[in-house]
Amino acid sequence: MSDIWQAMLGLGDQLAAHVVLSAAAIALGVTLALPVAIWASRSPAVARIALSFASLVQTIPALALLALFFPILLSLRSVFGEGLPTLGFLPALLALALYALLPILRNAITAQANLDPGVIEAAHGVGMSNWQRLRLVEAPLSAPYIMAGIRTAAVWTIGAATLATTIGQKSLGDPIFAGLQTQNWVLVLAGCIASAGLALVADALLGTIEKGLATRRRSLSLGGLVVVALGVLAALASQFGDSDERRIVIGAKTFSEQYILARLIGQQLEGAGYAVEYRDGLGSAVAHRAVATGAIDILVDYTGTIWTNQMKRSDTPDRNAMLAAITEWEAQTSGTKVLGRLGFENAYGLAVSGETAARTGVETIADLASLAPRMTIGGDPEFFERPEWIAVRDAYGLRFREQRNFAPTFMYNALQSGEADVISAYTSDGRIAADGLAILEDPRGAFPNYHAIVLLAPDIADPAGVSAALRPLIGAIDVEAMREANLSVDREIDKLSFEEAARRLGERAGL
Amino acid sequence: MIDTEPATLEFFEVRKSYGPTEAVRGVSLAIPKGQFVALVGASGSGKSTLLKTVNRLVDLDGGSVLFEGANVAGLPLPALRRRVGYVFQSIGLFPHMTVAENIAIGPRLAGEKLSQDRVAELLELVELEEGMAQRKPDALSGGQRQRVGVARALAGQPRLLLMDEPFGALDPVTRDALGERVRKLHGELDLTTVMVTHDMTEALLLADRVLVMEAGVIVADETPHALLEGRGGATAQGLVAVPRAQAERLAELAR
Repeated sequence: MSDIWQAMLGLGDQLAAHVVLSAAAIALGVTLALPVAIWASRSPAVARIALSFASLVQTIPALALLALFFPILLSLRSVFGEGLPTLGFLPALLALALYALLPILRNAITAQANLDPGVIEAAHGVGMSNWQRLRLVEAPLSAPYIMAGIRTAAVWTIGAATLATTIGQKSLGDPIFAGLQTQNWVLVLAGCIASAGLALVADALLGTIEKGLATRRRSLSLGGLVVVALGVLAALASQFGDSDERRIVIGAKTFSEQYILARLIGQQLEGAGYAVEYRDGLGSAVAHRAVATGAIDILVDYTGTIWTNQMKRSDTPDRNAMLAAITEWEAQTSGTKVLGRLGFENAYGLAVSGETAARTGVETIADLASLAPRMTIGGDPEFFERPEWIAVRDAYGLRFREQRNFAPTFMYNALQSGEADVISAYTSDGRIAADGLAILEDPRGAFPNYHAIVLLAPDIADPAGVSAALRPLIGAIDVEAMREANLSVDREIDKLSFEEAARRLGERAGL
Repeated sequence: MIDTEPATLEFFEVRKSYGPTEAVRGVSLAIPKGQFVALVGASGSGKSTLLKTVNRLVDLDGGSVLFEGANVAGLPLPALRRRVGYVFQSIGLFPHMTVAENIAIGPRLAGEKLSQDRVAELLELVELEEGMAQRKPDALSGGQRQRVGVARALAGQPRLLLMDEPFGALDPVTRDALGERVRKLHGELDLTTVMVTHDMTEALLLADRVLVMEAGVIVADETPHALLEGRGGATAQGLVAVPRAQAERLAELAR
């Protein structure tokens, strides 16, 4: 219990960011919904269209809605210029505001529709103009219902805002995603409890305002409003109080190695006097575009990933030729700078348990082809969509009985529990050695190489200084060191924090 | 009844349809100043629709309505409605406002503030205590609410009072008392009053003139006395027969 309490005390920054994001999204949702609701009260067609649209938005999973704003904002850059942010606060705000629309809109429209027709006739009868009727009668009578809608929206938004972590916005999702990654349940629980607690507090405060409106006790609704405003202001102050320094933003994808390397880079930069912050939990495709568009400043990516997914290449040249081609391609397409290789490779490899290897004698992917129809293959959620998998599948003629998706961290558990017979393992993963897994050889060279490389955004501040600070990392990390670091945060007992694992990795690399 | 003064209300060939249904089919009529007119008819006879053409809660399909000589279609809408007192069956007090705020709403819309004394005076007119002023409508009985409804209609000192089934939802005792009160106010405040009702007894007891509507046209236009003498045609006599029979039976029972 005290671990969770400790973890929660460290979430002040995330809590403040979460409050600011949620409050801004709800405010934007209200600003959009109320005029539409007023229009809808004068026109049933508008009411129908508005409610259908809001319901449609609601059917899109929140995670997908958040991710969709990345390409939308990217394409809007042609209108608003290159300065338009594509990751972080703006897309999170827009997606969550859209999500908040439905409950507010529905309650506002329902409240309008259910107003006593006698009262509305009286409003006409005493000679009110449309505006007077809205201001003096319809708005005050609808207010408690609209407030109930805002309350529902607030609870939804605060919950969904944890997902903003995946598009690079700091939130209470940070500990949840980091904890899920490494099976650190203390972190997951701390994030969940904090966001649920925030939702309960918001619900109670907005409930007070609603009650004040319904019973027409102004002191109650004003009191609730003041407390909400103070909370949001305090969060705003803590968020923007210290923002005069330009921070270097280091991105990380959704797996442990990325979290550790981001911290290692951050520690190097802090040692050189830079202020840094982290954008963790980015999807693979989002992460590369984020660095190429300057939404983040630094990312560790992998040669084979860029080669096949961004450059759409299917040949597999040797490592030096591939790095040279990638460096040139990045420079030409976006101006992203490739600083160099860290020294280890984190390839995709097909792995089986030691027991399976011993029983079937399978050693190479070619051996697997005849066994595949009786086997289940597990992969991370992107794996089966990636061109590398398609190349390997076709090169060896693999036809598995079933393919299943697992979060990377659960893939290894699936192999142990027999829910998968083969998994798409990462060769730098410490659990390969720890679990005694066998990586199958790739005699036809269907998987490209996956050297970890450091990418710098085209518009990074002080590129010379940053490059100099990170130069010692180039070629300094071998695969053994990386595996050990990965295992130290992934293992079940005696877990290290990402910061501590990064520190030890740095020491081992002689920094 | 001698018609020398200019009419407060005049209807010329007034028509109104809702889809294929003709609610009002060419009504022409003049109501002189000071008259208390009851508009009687069954549900769907068009009486409410005809009433609402005056303050343009219903827009005409054809014909015209003149209020004090001016075509209502040409008058600015909020101003027209503030000059016409309007009381209706569902009362329509604003539930989020106090009794005083409800009464003062018409003048407030015109940018005037109604004094506390004037509110008290209006409450007295409808026989409510001054202490009611700060209550919310949900703390009042049905009869008290409609009294507030009448006070609200009178707050702007209108010369014309329109009432659409004003006492329909009240119990018989309250109904009778409030009817009497309104009839007295009609005289004291020098009003012209048009009351829509489906209750012929109420019409006979309160009005100077009873108009009977059926299927969108006026089929009888008589004084209560004339109706009781048997004039006005079959529809009107059908409606008069009910209270007459009731009165005779009551008289027999009392004997």
